[in-house]
Amino acid sequence: MTKISRRALMKLDRVEMPARDPLERAASFEEVNTGLTPEQATVEAMRCLQCKTPTCIEGCPVNIQIDQFIDRVANGDIRGAADVIRMDSLLPAICGRVCPQESQCEGTCVLDKKHKPIAVGHLERYVADTVRRYGLEPPVEPVPSSGKSVAIVGSGPAGLACAADLAKSGHKVTIFEALHQPGGVLIYGIPEFRLPKDIVAAEIDGLKALGVEVETNAIIGRTTTVEELLTDEGYDAVFVGVGAGLPRFLNVDGENLIGVYSANEFLTRVNLMGAYREDTETPVLDLIGRRVVVFGGGNTAMDSARTPLRLGAEEVRVAYRRTEAEMPARVEEIHHAKEEGIIFDFLVSPVELLGNDEGWLTGVRLQRMELGEPDDSGRRRPVPIEGDIFDVPADVVIVAIGNSPNPLLPATESRLEQTRWGTLAVDETTGRTTMPGVFAGGDIVTGGATVILAMGAGRIAAASIEQYLESRIWDETLQPASV
Amino acid sequence: MYLIVEAESIAPDVRRIVVEAPKIATKHMAGQFVIVRVTPDGERIPLTIAEADPDTGSITLFVQAIGRTTTLMSELEAGDFLVDVAGPLGRASEIKQYGTAVVVGGGLGTAIAYPIARALADAGNRVIAIIGGRSREYVLLEDHLAAHGIEVIPCTDDGSYGRPGFVTEALAEVITTEDVGVVFATGPVPMMGAVAEVTRPDGIETIASLNPIMVDGTGMCGGCRVEVGGETKFACVDGPEFDAHQVDFGLLQRRNTSYRAFETKRLQDLESLDAAHHEQVLAPVRGACATEADA
Repeated sequence: MTKISRRALMKLDRVEMPARDPLERAASFEEVNTGLTPEQATVEAMRCLQCKTPTCIEGCPVNIQIDQFIDRVANGDIRGAADVIRMDSLLPAICGRVCPQESQCEGTCVLDKKHKPIAVGHLERYVADTVRRYGLEPPVEPVPSSGKSVAIVGSGPAGLACAADLAKSGHKVTIFEALHQPGGVLIYGIPEFRLPKDIVAAEIDGLKALGVEVETNAIIGRTTTVEELLTDEGYDAVFVGVGAGLPRFLNVDGENLIGVYSANEFLTRVNLMGAYREDTETPVLDLIGRRVVVFGGGNTAMDSARTPLRLGAEEVRVAYRRTEAEMPARVEEIHHAKEEGIIFDFLVSPVELLGNDEGWLTGVRLQRMELGEPDDSGRRRPVPIEGDIFDVPADVVIVAIGNSPNPLLPATESRLEQTRWGTLAVDETTGRTTMPGVFAGGDIVTGGATVILAMGAGRIAAASIEQYLESRIWDETLQPASV
Repeated sequence: MYLIVEAESIAPDVRRIVVEAPKIATKHMAGQFVIVRVTPDGERIPLTIAEADPDTGSITLFVQAIGRTTTLMSELEAGDFLVDVAGPLGRASEIKQYGTAVVVGGGLGTAIAYPIARALADAGNRVIAIIGGRSREYVLLEDHLAAHGIEVIPCTDDGSYGRPGFVTEALAEVITTEDVGVVFATGPVPMMGAVAEVTRPDGIETIASLNPIMVDGTGMCGGCRVEVGGETKFACVDGPEFDAHQVDFGLLQRRNTSYRAFETKRLQDLESLDAAHHEQVLAPVRGACATEADA
């Protein structure tokens, strides 16, 4: 390979992810980002400085050896790059698409200061998609059985990551999923245009190839209890990764009008139940020519705003009570949403949802806000501007202001202690809950967070479970896991 | 896939379906429901568990052909399958010593009242079941209830059988002559609302089993929001039974109409299919085909 000077490389612009035309894609559920070309990926990888002490790795919740995989991409060794990633991350095709890279690996990239950071996420996706497309994944090696079995409750990112690690060690792993299809938030929450469902299905098929069994329609706490998994069903350990699936509402009048959805309901109807298809059996309110207001500022709010456009909505507004700078959504999602024509109303807060006599939503009443003193989170707290209240017409409202932990499972197992926020109390370094043999991780522990953090928690728990299965020691001496 | 072991018609458009679901059969308590999907692309619908037999590992569901999904489900026979059955969901009925308990069931609501009535009787209550229908053939499960020693007062709107008139009229009589400790109301929303008004003046404890639109049934979506005493509740995890005197039945009735246009269209789509195409919809869950697919 021709040696190009570092200085010349540093002058190159950061690669831009090719994306479908905003107008065209806003009417389609096809994936927005189309993926880097091999040329783009190679050049972007060559831009990497290969730092002696790579700060990007510190920014990664699962500490992928980013410099090493990028080095392999630069040298055209995509399979080698995949092997490097696979040591630390099991769902690169997913994480490359949905991780908030700007506040993780790319946020700590040294090039972030003077130039633009390396597009680590785009490269990760490129590697994962390429090995899948050309069938370069290493064959599944049969692992000798350990004779131990683990029940995983919930098939979202935490459960899948935990299952993968344990299965690779030869443990018999069964995943229990409450819905009729596995994948958790990756299936019911994140839309097709951002994370194609065949990618999630492929990841789950990969686990099945490792011997992992998936039992759907299994509502742990109801169909079977955690206690029964350990006793009657004979599992040696249980991992609880049931997510934070209890939607928060705005707590204003008019919240139960027809036309007011939680993001969970709206997205579940469209994604899991396929309400966007012509022949759907599950309805979603007809959005053609309608006006939609979305409350919230995270990724789910962006998904909830961009989906109605694709269902024919005339106008979609995102109402957020702080400013763009405080929005927790990924920068790319905000950018894409704007390109597609989503209108952003910053510094507004709902006062009331307005309806007609038949109980249908007709509009939202908003209070204008301004930024005041910083709050506990360090963000400046929005405070109402006295008397500045106005109405916006709306046919549909989607509330995407977060989820509380779903109490269904904790409520049925008194030995699982909860925090005052309703999350499960765990030892963070091991994922150990207050019930012997039971570990937990993901949103049920942290409250609503990200796919990659849940995955990281699943892997920490998997490492602790390994030790527990070996030693059967259940106390503080269970060593903190290093993943 | 969940094997249907028995299927029979018990009234016009009403089917009794017994399906294999061993874990649910073991766990079921009166008042709980399952979420069912009939076909591989089907919607999720909640259905009350009418009976559960832990020994045979089966549960009994009653279904009335009203919309597309319930129509398809009604066409299934023993040996066919339901794609998904998840549960048991919801909180169990509060079964205790009430003295005299009255269950009021309207139409298919009687199938929801039936497990509650049985549990109340088993707990030593004297149970009176007031069950109503448009006409004689719509009065459901009279024999089933009677077989459990439950006093049954059948009512028909057209007077073709039992006591002529609405169930609420029969209830008004019963509460004047009996010392009623509790009333359970199950059935159409206006009926449950009317029952609540009958018992409100005397302050008789009255519980309604609500039937809002649901998706997941586990608290995840909040589509089943109802208002009870001015507070928003999720019927799937906080209910489905609530203090009927506190429930906003008008809201429930309105919310249940959210998708009426869609529901009508999808039913018409089904009805417009010729026999062969209609059967194709059910092909994946027909006994023979499903077995072939498994093999």
